[in-house]
Amino acid sequence: MAAPILSLVIVGHEDHPIFEVDLGSRTAEPSTRDERAQYLHQFVLHASLDAVEEQLWTTPAMHLGTVDRFNNLQVSAYVTAAHIKFLLLHDGRSDDTIRSFFRDVYECYLRVIMNPFITPTTRITSALFQSKIRGAARNYFR
Amino acid sequence: METINSEILSLTYGSIVRQLITDLEDMDEVNKQLDVMGYNMGIRLIDEFLANARITKCGDFKETAENIAKVGFKMFLNTTATVVNWNADNTECGLVLEDNLLIDFVELPEACSKLSYCQLLCGVIRGALEMVNISAECSFSRDTLHGDDTNEIHLKFTSQKAEAYPYKDDD
Repeated sequence: MAAPILSLVIVGHEDHPIFEVDLGSRTAEPSTRDERAQYLHQFVLHASLDAVEEQLWTTPAMHLGTVDRFNNLQVSAYVTAAHIKFLLLHDGRSDDTIRSFFRDVYECYLRVIMNPFITPTTRITSALFQSKIRGAARNYFR
Repeated sequence: METINSEILSLTYGSIVRQLITDLEDMDEVNKQLDVMGYNMGIRLIDEFLANARITKCGDFKETAENIAKVGFKMFLNTTATVVNWNADNTECGLVLEDNLLIDFVELPEACSKLSYCQLLCGVIRGALEMVNISAECSFSRDTLHGDDTNEIHLKFTSQKAEAYPYKDDD
């Protein structure tokens, strides 16, 4: 059974990623086929940034739903008040699950940025944050 | 007494520390600067403390430490500390702080591992005691940001100056 495709990227200002994690893989080691897939996922996520930019001005809500499609992959987006974008690459999950997942990610993110050593452009390297995101992903997507 | 939101205090303190790190870059310098800032705060804070706290004169250093831990921390940080580990001649002790609101959201990055984040508190205690003619040394012996299980300030009594009349009599 193919591994579920699920990849989260948090994009800060100036379009650089401050956090990336692949939540679909069940094992920790990527095989060569997975590496090619990872490049594809990164490409699709970055390409969808334009679509997110357009859509975020149309609604005052933070959750934007599915903003872009590529073959069977969909990209859902959640934009914070400071225009920090959370992008989730997935293969067709229910919008409600994604909405709740993004809420959890948002709360973890808030905790992390209150740290005075994190600026809006530093990469988030906290192991605690990563484990919380993985835990949330396990809750909602298994 | 006026109160403010604890998150505002934590975030403001965090940006002060961040700015000092950007300006000075050397962790020892930053620690020293935080201590000096705390000292300057402490020499003024002591007046407010003595005006608002209903305490009588302390008989010995033990009572002083108890007052700092129970009354002082409660008044300014809304948390109490416990005094532990008195040494044989009652000159050194530790103040254990269960919850320190200054470090509420903080995680120290690798580059700042030598930073003593709450050094300001040590400076405040040192400054306040100096204004009541007690010289003491104050530093953090255990720090949760460095991986220990609790925060402990080590307080060491050095000497006590006699009360000196500050003005010359023959003017």
